[in-house]
Amino acid sequence: MSRSIYTNAQQGLFLAILGFTASMPVAADMQDDAWRTKFVLDRLENRRDDGEDLRVWEAQLNVRSDYQGMALKIDGERPEGGPTESAEYQLLYQRLVSEFFDAQFGVRYDDRPEPSRTYAVAGLQGLAPYWFEIDTNLYLSDEGDVSASFEAEYDLLLTQRLVLQPAAELNVAFSDDEEIGVGSGLSSAELGLRLRYELHRKFAPYVGVNWEKKFGDTADFARDDGEDTESTTFLLGVSAWF
Amino acid sequence: MLMSCIKKAVPLLAGLWSLGALAGTYNLVIGEQPLEIDGQAKTAMTINGGIPGPTLRFKEGEDVTINVTNNLDVDSSIHWHGLLLPYTQDGVPGISYPGIRPGETFTYRFPIVQAGTYWYHSHSGFQEQEGVYGAIAIEPAKREPFRYDREYVVMLSDWSAETGEQIFSNLKGQSDYYNYSQQTLGGFLDDVKRNGFTATLRDRLDWGSMRMMPTDIADVSGYSFLVNGKSTDDNWTGLFEPGERVRLRFINGSAMTYFDVRIPGLKMTVVQADGNNVQPVSVDEFRIAVAETYDVIVQPKHERAFSVLAESVDRSGFARGTLAPRDGMKLALPDLRERPLLTMADMSMASMGGMDHGSMDHSAMGHASAQPQAMDHAAMGHAPAQPQAMDHAAMGHAPAQPQAMDHSAMGHAPAQPQAMDHSAMGHAPAQPQAMDHSTMAGMTETDADYASGSGLAPSAANGGKFLAYGDLKAMTPYADYRAPDREIELRLTGNMERYFWSINGTKFSDAEPIRLTYGERVRLRFVNDTMMMHPMHLHGMWQQLDKGNGRFNPLKHVVNVAPNTTLTVDVPVDALGEWAFHCHLMYHMASGMFRKVIVEPPATSAAQM
Repeated sequence: MSRSIYTNAQQGLFLAILGFTASMPVAADMQDDAWRTKFVLDRLENRRDDGEDLRVWEAQLNVRSDYQGMALKIDGERPEGGPTESAEYQLLYQRLVSEFFDAQFGVRYDDRPEPSRTYAVAGLQGLAPYWFEIDTNLYLSDEGDVSASFEAEYDLLLTQRLVLQPAAELNVAFSDDEEIGVGSGLSSAELGLRLRYELHRKFAPYVGVNWEKKFGDTADFARDDGEDTESTTFLLGVSAWF
Repeated sequence: MLMSCIKKAVPLLAGLWSLGALAGTYNLVIGEQPLEIDGQAKTAMTINGGIPGPTLRFKEGEDVTINVTNNLDVDSSIHWHGLLLPYTQDGVPGISYPGIRPGETFTYRFPIVQAGTYWYHSHSGFQEQEGVYGAIAIEPAKREPFRYDREYVVMLSDWSAETGEQIFSNLKGQSDYYNYSQQTLGGFLDDVKRNGFTATLRDRLDWGSMRMMPTDIADVSGYSFLVNGKSTDDNWTGLFEPGERVRLRFINGSAMTYFDVRIPGLKMTVVQADGNNVQPVSVDEFRIAVAETYDVIVQPKHERAFSVLAESVDRSGFARGTLAPRDGMKLALPDLRERPLLTMADMSMASMGGMDHGSMDHSAMGHASAQPQAMDHAAMGHAPAQPQAMDHAAMGHAPAQPQAMDHSAMGHAPAQPQAMDHSAMGHAPAQPQAMDHSTMAGMTETDADYASGSGLAPSAANGGKFLAYGDLKAMTPYADYRAPDREIELRLTGNMERYFWSINGTKFSDAEPIRLTYGERVRLRFVNDTMMMHPMHLHGMWQQLDKGNGRFNPLKHVVNVAPNTTLTVDVPVDALGEWAFHCHLMYHMASGMFRKVIVEPPATSAAQM
């Protein structure tokens, strides 16, 4: 930028400075588009039913900006002594689509039960009116089967640190996938009630009770394999995030 | 070198340079050291080894040279808050200059062209929260229009054992991380007893439908509040002889905390706001927004101690100092008042419907407000040149209605508005100055600082006079008072749940700068669509706060915009260059409630850049 194009030398210099500063990186203190990492261990618990222990985990890693990013969801169950009964991994792109909800798209890989399955996933996760935490997804498997899941949680504050959390999960399949024991229709439902104490905002042990039941063909497949179709368990666990 | 060039080139500065009979050199060193205050220890950032840094005492007309050395291992900066100066000396990294690298010294040089109480602080990262701030007191060239026998700086601040980065990260991870005053089952049962089951349930459902908390008064808690770096126990003390007039320069150097300030037993005469003389007004209490300053004069006549109490607005604690005839005197702290609860009056239509400025894909949205320069109301037929003459019947609820339309279009279930008090719902405060009160039904207190029925509206602890913005009248009429050349609407927006904040739904990183032209007078119309107060700070130029006092409207560098209210300020655009403009709540600023303002010479256009 040469000052000769300006009749006024001052103005030219002023603009030169302006151009110089305009080319500087944005304010160093601005973190408003930074990507941040949050790991949520939603549940790490031991469920006990008739003396048998079942370890259950549910966690999510977010690496994202305010508007978009990635999510890794990990869920699984393993009876004490093994083998792992279910292990589910989802890698999703997520994008904020309203003030409270992210749309999520990606893949899910179920290592267990065997045979493994890979799914395409589309879902919504966020906070619904009246403070319900919602995670709902639609799946298309590599076998061509379509299924859906719906999870909701609600935090009822008994005190500032003692929180009662009812939770519900519904799974629906639109076709049979007998190899993995899923039948068309409402396949399974789960209701939980957990009482946690937030020792710290980021760490809370909890106790609770969980009820789950298989329905329809899914229940029939379970019976054929000699499995229970319904169970009520007492549980002990911790949740954390950082 | 470039900077010394421009200084020589600009005749205004050169002129002041030659006037400079007065010249002072000051040295500030930013460092790091372990510090424990009020039992909360951390590695603090200090200036010249202390928190706050030294009070800089300048004289109007002085040419100051300030050497700032950065002994941190990260970049730093010092911004001179409220001072009128060449923009290259304003100290905002990325806007005024690149900042000060570790181990380097930056020399600021600028003339002091004003008088009054100001302050300085780092504009890098969260360093202000860590302790990088101090007071500025400028002696006027002429006699002060008020008398006092002695004076003290009363720098209020919030101190945490956590670092700013930890606090920000916690808020990002869980926006209600610090709120341990949430509504519980026990509180529900208490309210049922008091208000009945149906009313209590409806109240909870109203808030629940918005996913908002009435307890959301302050984003951060756990702070210790300090007076001049001292905790309530350490009890900063200012001495006086009975009968003396004592000037107190209150500065709110907090990162996040508003205070209500009182000195039980003494009337306070407010004589300055944000460094500018105002017609003296006697009050019992005043609210000081983050980054504001107020100078008051008190005259303790008795030989006893008086507590200087600054109670945080969320009522989580006091900053306390003492005025006393001798050291070591201290009164018992009074009980904290009840924590306020937000009401539906604090909710804008935007927040009620889940209308989402903060998270929309603004690039796809293309609404006019995303580009402030496009909000030229002249083009919209609002005749901004004569705001007094606005057709209110036609305008009426203009700011509220676009929201309402969007709700239906967006398929958000709007919060049952029939359950809400419409009279308290944002129509009233929308046009405080411009409205023809007589024609608008149900419009009372349009000049109030808070929405009618707001849970945040303050009252004095002793039932006396609480300072309102309308009480602030400039000591001398503003010479260039005139109708603004144009108006820019700035909606204060945010996403509470995900904790990011914005202006017109757009964060700093996604926003175009606001372009102003040197010499124009621009009206900024703040519309607060959020449920929190925002202290909006413009660098380099005054905001003339319009509270209906005409040419006596006071000049301020920070104005507090209460939830669900509209506040207008007129900016005399008299400083070329690039300036920062932002909410002074640290974590609101850091998450996007920030704009760059570019003031261009009238003859040139943006295309030449």
